[in-house]
Amino acid sequence: MSSIKKSVSKLFLATVGMFLFGFALVPIYDVFCEITGLNGKVTGPTFSEYEDIGNREIKITFTTTNNNDMPWFFDSDRSQMKVKTGEQNLMSYVFTNTTDKPMIAQAIPSVSPGKGAQYFHKTECFCFEQQYLEPGESISIPLKFVIDPDLPADISSLALGYTLFDITKDQMTKQASN
Amino acid sequence: MSAVIEGHHDDHHHGPAKGITRWLYTTNHKDIGSLYLWFSFIMLFIGGAMAMVIRAELFEPGSQIVSPEFYNQMVTNHGLIMVFGVIMPAFVGLANWLIPMQIGAPDMALPRLNNLSFWILPAAFGVLLATFFMEGGAPNFGWTFYAPLSTEYAPPTVTYFIFAVHIMGASSIMGSINVITTILNMRAPGMTLMKMPLFVWSWLITAYLLIAVMPVLAGAVTMMLMDIHFGTSFFKAGGGGDPVLFQHIFWFFGHPEVYIMILPAFGIVSHIIETFSRKPIFGYDSMVYAIASIALLSFVVWAHHMFTVGMPIAGELFFMYSTMLIAIPTGVKVFNWLSTMFKGSLTFETPMLFAIAFVALFTIGGLSGLMLAIAPADFQYHDTYFVVAHFHYVLVPGALFSIIAAVYYWLPKWTGYMYDEFMGKTHFWLSFVSVNLTFFPMHFVGLAGMPRRIPDYAMQFADYNMIVSVGAFLFGLSQLLFLYVVLKAIFYGKKATGQVWEGAQGLEWTLNSPPAYHTFETPPNLEAGEAKG
Repeated sequence: MSSIKKSVSKLFLATVGMFLFGFALVPIYDVFCEITGLNGKVTGPTFSEYEDIGNREIKITFTTTNNNDMPWFFDSDRSQMKVKTGEQNLMSYVFTNTTDKPMIAQAIPSVSPGKGAQYFHKTECFCFEQQYLEPGESISIPLKFVIDPDLPADISSLALGYTLFDITKDQMTKQASN
Repeated sequence: MSAVIEGHHDDHHHGPAKGITRWLYTTNHKDIGSLYLWFSFIMLFIGGAMAMVIRAELFEPGSQIVSPEFYNQMVTNHGLIMVFGVIMPAFVGLANWLIPMQIGAPDMALPRLNNLSFWILPAAFGVLLATFFMEGGAPNFGWTFYAPLSTEYAPPTVTYFIFAVHIMGASSIMGSINVITTILNMRAPGMTLMKMPLFVWSWLITAYLLIAVMPVLAGAVTMMLMDIHFGTSFFKAGGGGDPVLFQHIFWFFGHPEVYIMILPAFGIVSHIIETFSRKPIFGYDSMVYAIASIALLSFVVWAHHMFTVGMPIAGELFFMYSTMLIAIPTGVKVFNWLSTMFKGSLTFETPMLFAIAFVALFTIGGLSGLMLAIAPADFQYHDTYFVVAHFHYVLVPGALFSIIAAVYYWLPKWTGYMYDEFMGKTHFWLSFVSVNLTFFPMHFVGLAGMPRRIPDYAMQFADYNMIVSVGAFLFGLSQLLFLYVVLKAIFYGKKATGQVWEGAQGLEWTLNSPPAYHTFETPPNLEAGEAKG
């Protein structure tokens, strides 16, 4: 009888362990993405100043997309620019709340090719925070970034895409539950 | 020997209780096995009816019978019911009936848990099917329930779906704990692990797979629940989550899951082929190692379901090669089945026909799986009917045929009555022809680019789709014949002997047909090798 009890308790522990492992997959996946640049995921704010500004010229393409039925106007000043690796660059983005309600938005970046994502350093970005705009309000926010001189030689152009999400409802539920 | 054992015990034990409470309160592995099998049979007709709606809609191009929204609900629930409500419960039912009898144990190790794991299952499917009558309709996001389709864009009934999946998972996990505990602790003296019948081996490994992945599925639906109701962002890109993460977690569960649905079939087919070849199985040890290595490999191939999400090339290569590696142990099994038949004195009773059809048609499904494993080619095949053809070949003439074969093979043992051989063979030939008529042309329309899960299609696919639909209706009707054969055997069948099949080996055949309500109260005395195979 005790051997049966032993088997059952081991198997029960294995079950609980695998349930927790399912949740552990979330941070494991994030770390994995960061290392491999999977999905063009970009890491948080990093400040890096490079002493020797490389002489490689990289073409950067900027794209903006509105998720689903996000009604805001959202665009970058220019759609392309050429930058030198190691150099501080600036690009402005315009956000306009075109509705008659106050709204909160969040921009999510993605860099492609994914392999280049970890060499795209942002020193200042609107994507680090949420944007709250009154009805009809419009703002222009700068993005500051540096391209790491260690960028692999086979990459000569990078695309930085932003998708703008309407998170008004999520923020409201969060505040309500707080 | 058996007569002695039973004769000795029959006077100590009374039979089953009378009336409905026999089934509600039963802790007898034979009763619970029957409950599982009948439940699965009923769900087969419900899930099958949904398949008929799908094929009726696809009989001709254009929108014919149901709305696209309802079509999505049909596709989703057909998949969920067939996977969780038919194939899995049928295998658990077979495990309940057969494992104690095959290892010489009096019952399962945890009989009360056994009762619970069955009876929460009808509850789970009751909840799932009830969503059809709720506002917003039933789940419509496909059986793989990818986020954000199943979270942000899901009908409000998704919460019921999540709880239904939780209950199904709990049922499977409890069943698996029971199976492993029984096999590890209750084998008759002398039955070492490497002397266990192959069906027991296949279920032991399946149960470990279930314990490893069902909790992960529970975790995935819990994350969905939290995203929908508690403002978390596991899969919400806007909140910093990632929808692709859902696919990784789902398929980490999902790929072992598809082997959960085929490994017990390997065990069943091995028994049937050796019985009707009148030879012991060829390469018993390699069969066991093949099942174990397929199970281990199933944990490192999941991303071949998602080659098109944008993986680094190293990832594509890893998952491509690891997937192709599975063909080796699977090939070993097919080789062993063929070698068992080679120079055997074969007879072709209904279970054998289904088993041979399993070997042939499962191999077709396996080969199209190899084609899909080629990452660059998969970019074309992904989400086409080629994939539908592939997984239906391994699940219908694969898993389902093995279950049907098992029912024909063991029905005389369970009920004590033979089925009608002529009707059984008619059922086989109708099923065999119609299953190929249904699923083979799907390869062609898939390669030509017909996408799956869409209620309409371009004109050039019309002819093949009509053939597929005719095949599907015929297959559906053939299974009504199966029900008739089973009922006819139970009510009007000829008495079966204890041995039933001339070439059958194993402990369950030493018992009477039907076996007494309680068997092997005293473990059988095993001479070395008696129960092997």
